[in-house]
Amino acid sequence: MNYTLRIWRQENAEAKGSMVTYKVSGISPDSSFFEMLDILNQQLIEGGQEPVSFDHDCREGICGTCSLYINGRPHGPVKGVTTCQLHMRSFKDGDTITIEPWRAKAFPVIRDLIVDRSALDRIIQAGGYVSINTGGVPDANSIPVPKEQSDDAFDAAACIGCGACVAACANAAAMLFIGAKVSHLALLPQGEIEAEHRVMKMVECMDGLGFGGCSNTYACEAECPKGISVTNIAILNRGFLTASLMKQKEKPSKGDSL
Amino acid sequence: MPLNSSIARKSLMALAGLFLAVFLPVHLGVNLLLLAQDGGRSFSVAAEFMATNPLIRIAEPVLFLGFLLHILYGLMVSGANRAARPVGYQRPNSSDTSLLSKYMFHTGLVVLVFLALHLADFWMLKVGLVAPPEGIDRHDFYSRALILFQSPWYSSFYIASFLFLGFHLNHAIQSAFQTLGVNHSRYTPLLKIAGSVYAVIMTAGFSLIPLRLAFFP
Repeated sequence: MNYTLRIWRQENAEAKGSMVTYKVSGISPDSSFFEMLDILNQQLIEGGQEPVSFDHDCREGICGTCSLYINGRPHGPVKGVTTCQLHMRSFKDGDTITIEPWRAKAFPVIRDLIVDRSALDRIIQAGGYVSINTGGVPDANSIPVPKEQSDDAFDAAACIGCGACVAACANAAAMLFIGAKVSHLALLPQGEIEAEHRVMKMVECMDGLGFGGCSNTYACEAECPKGISVTNIAILNRGFLTASLMKQKEKPSKGDSL
Repeated sequence: MPLNSSIARKSLMALAGLFLAVFLPVHLGVNLLLLAQDGGRSFSVAAEFMATNPLIRIAEPVLFLGFLLHILYGLMVSGANRAARPVGYQRPNSSDTSLLSKYMFHTGLVVLVFLALHLADFWMLKVGLVAPPEGIDRHDFYSRALILFQSPWYSSFYIASFLFLGFHLNHAIQSAFQTLGVNHSRYTPLLKIAGSVYAVIMTAGFSLIPLRLAFFP
């Protein structure tokens, strides 16, 4: 199959980028999107040109490294998959495919299609963890967790942190990502204790990094390769509002005052 | 509460919006009395009640505050959202979302223009900031409304504004609850339907008045 590719090329973070058109031919419909880009890059290298830079790692749809905004949709036209799991049979022979980097103030372009997504790591560092060592796998039923709650926490924990929610959102908001992290920890007993502190810290960090806010268009849910639900954003909002309104006055410390 | 956080701002916008959504059916109820075939008597009674009842008098400044909060926070939230993506996409987003939810700022802006005109036509007239048309008492909203609705331009703009308000409300109700953290597998789908029904009733109700006066005077 033959395709015309319109790809964002940008030499570095400071350079002014532009869309460049390339042609690829003889592509198998069963090749993956990245195999098609590998073929393009081979052509470019053999022609003495710089290959197109793009993020990829496991190519199994589980690591969250790959990105790409393909024809107006993060991770391309197929629902519930990452770009690495997208195949060329999802496009028609002769199609023009537009490939852009994720766009957000908090995700600056590093080169071509690669953006710096460390803003998501900084949000996790702000509170997306459990402070104490929770030990190894506990014996079954030694910590009671209702089945529904465990399922919801697991669904939220499926987030791979790829940033498609930010890329899809009209406001470049990271609230589905944070919602998933907040619910995944707060729904389980080990994470519940720090839930209020966590949600405040993560939202404060999110605002400081220049992400937008949620206006409930739900493009994030539609594009999330792991099907994370916007219910998690309501849980985030609820957690933040409750934590903000119910925060007690800080008591003077009684211990460690020798 | 950290009032400058994005979630706090949106929550205040949502609360003010829900307050305005409670006020709207009251206004519609009074307006529908324009259609009573009694020469404006029942409308005037209702208008008199609204103008003199002490509870309503207290509610009026609260209502103004509600509008002010909703508009100011709406502008702030929209501004911050726009700033979050300084470089846009070449190919517009084609994700599977509800179309109108993306245009809350735009539909809100149309309603704001209508609101400004509406205040100039009625409220500023009432408090004496603008002079009433000749031969009409500044408290006589009935005659004022009938004169305005005689103009097909005004009526068309009026109906168009309520159409945009309907688009705004259709997304607004369920969106406000989601922002306030209310999302429930059983009730949220019902809330979405209720929000749409509410939007249709408001748009149809307000539009009925100029339509009826134009076609069955």
